[in-house]
Amino acid sequence: MREIDAKKVTEAVSFLLQDACYRLSDDAVTGLRQAYEREESPASRHVLGQLLENAQVAAGDQIPLCQDTGMAVVFLELGQDAHVAGGDLYEAVQAGTRRAYAEGYLRTSVVERPFSARVNTADNTPAVIHTTIVPGDRLKITALAKGFGSENMSRLAMLTPARGRQGVIDVVVNCVDEAGANPCPPVIVGVGVGGTAEKCMLLAKEALLRRVGDPHPDSEIADLETDILNRVNGLGIGAMGYGGRITALAVHVEVFPTHIAALPVAVNLQCHSVRHRTAVL
Amino acid sequence: MKADVKAVRRITLPLTGEVLATLHAGDELLLTGVIYVGRDAAHKRMIDALETGKPLPVDLKGQVIYFMGPTPAKPGKPVGSAGPTSSYRMDTYSPRLMAEGLKGMIGKGKRSEEVKDAMMRYKAVYLGAIGGAGALISSRIRAMEVVAYGDLGPEALRRIAVEDFPATVINDIHGGDLYELGRSRFRTAGGRG
Repeated sequence: MREIDAKKVTEAVSFLLQDACYRLSDDAVTGLRQAYEREESPASRHVLGQLLENAQVAAGDQIPLCQDTGMAVVFLELGQDAHVAGGDLYEAVQAGTRRAYAEGYLRTSVVERPFSARVNTADNTPAVIHTTIVPGDRLKITALAKGFGSENMSRLAMLTPARGRQGVIDVVVNCVDEAGANPCPPVIVGVGVGGTAEKCMLLAKEALLRRVGDPHPDSEIADLETDILNRVNGLGIGAMGYGGRITALAVHVEVFPTHIAALPVAVNLQCHSVRHRTAVL
Repeated sequence: MKADVKAVRRITLPLTGEVLATLHAGDELLLTGVIYVGRDAAHKRMIDALETGKPLPVDLKGQVIYFMGPTPAKPGKPVGSAGPTSSYRMDTYSPRLMAEGLKGMIGKGKRSEEVKDAMMRYKAVYLGAIGGAGALISSRIRAMEVVAYGDLGPEALRRIAVEDFPATVINDIHGGDLYELGRSRFRTAGGRG
């Protein structure tokens, strides 16, 4: 049994969230640069140029990429032969979140009593935590600072199996179309297909954690991603909705078996400010 | 700058009737002057005040409001990251503020038909700032102060002084809509359908 100090978890979560909020990842920068090169619309190109400049200013002057520094979503993959010592694992994650938002001058955007008082918790906790138990003796931590301009445009559709592949495409394309400029395009489109309602939504979120533009290793799923991306980029929305050929940088689909009665489809959008980081303890 | 991009116009605030009439969807602007800043919770409080017969904490006549909640300012800086939030959440409040004399809104994303009608009726415009460009926009803000609702933290009502703040006209007072114009120009048969 390998021991992992809970304090290390706190330190890691704090570092990952801060780093994500200040420094746009290489894959996202590459995606924006390629979009800038391919885009025909002058208005959209102008926006893409500003977004690339924004990433430089953020890293150089240490200003968060976006003022919506998100709600923290933390994925834990805990090896079954690891033992977290010196404190409660989930409390360690919350402490790391608290520290990240205070130390990093990040905006605290979480309110409690969401349907009534809506009082800001003032430290951006609680983080949303998803845990899986895996073989091994390590702890893999992925921290996502999820902005809500894009999160608010999420969708879950419980299709009939008869709708098939075309039904999946239509749900995703309509979702991006109706979202328009709200999720800050160019977006990354996370799609979950299968499972139960909540599993499907989680697949869509996990799809956002893939490197921008990496295709799914299964060629049938990768083909679906390509077909959806082409349809989405035919919508004409463009960067910030100003009209253009590039509305999405990538479409990532994750699939899970489902019930004979169902074809669940979930869409979780990610703005161009992709902010997640991973560490292994 | 590419030849097919219209020249950027420098505008000094507040927006006069004369300037408002010349703004068209798609125009690129650089704004200099004073702008108010408020988002969901500040809007709700302002509307609650008006509905109970109380005055607004600031006079919005002729003013511009920016839908934004910044990250905390670091020592020595006026403001942190400062990009726009989605405007549709303010749709329910905006027509009432236009009735109070508000002449401009800055945000991102489409507005409701009610808001678009109100913009034409009250001769007010809706401008887009680049979502996710909060670091870049921050560099155009020279000063910031909280003017009301300080207990709301990032959602407090603020006043900022800006210099060459980049904004694009989305909805003008003539009914022009950049989102519709832009999309129709680049939409293909491969899109929705």
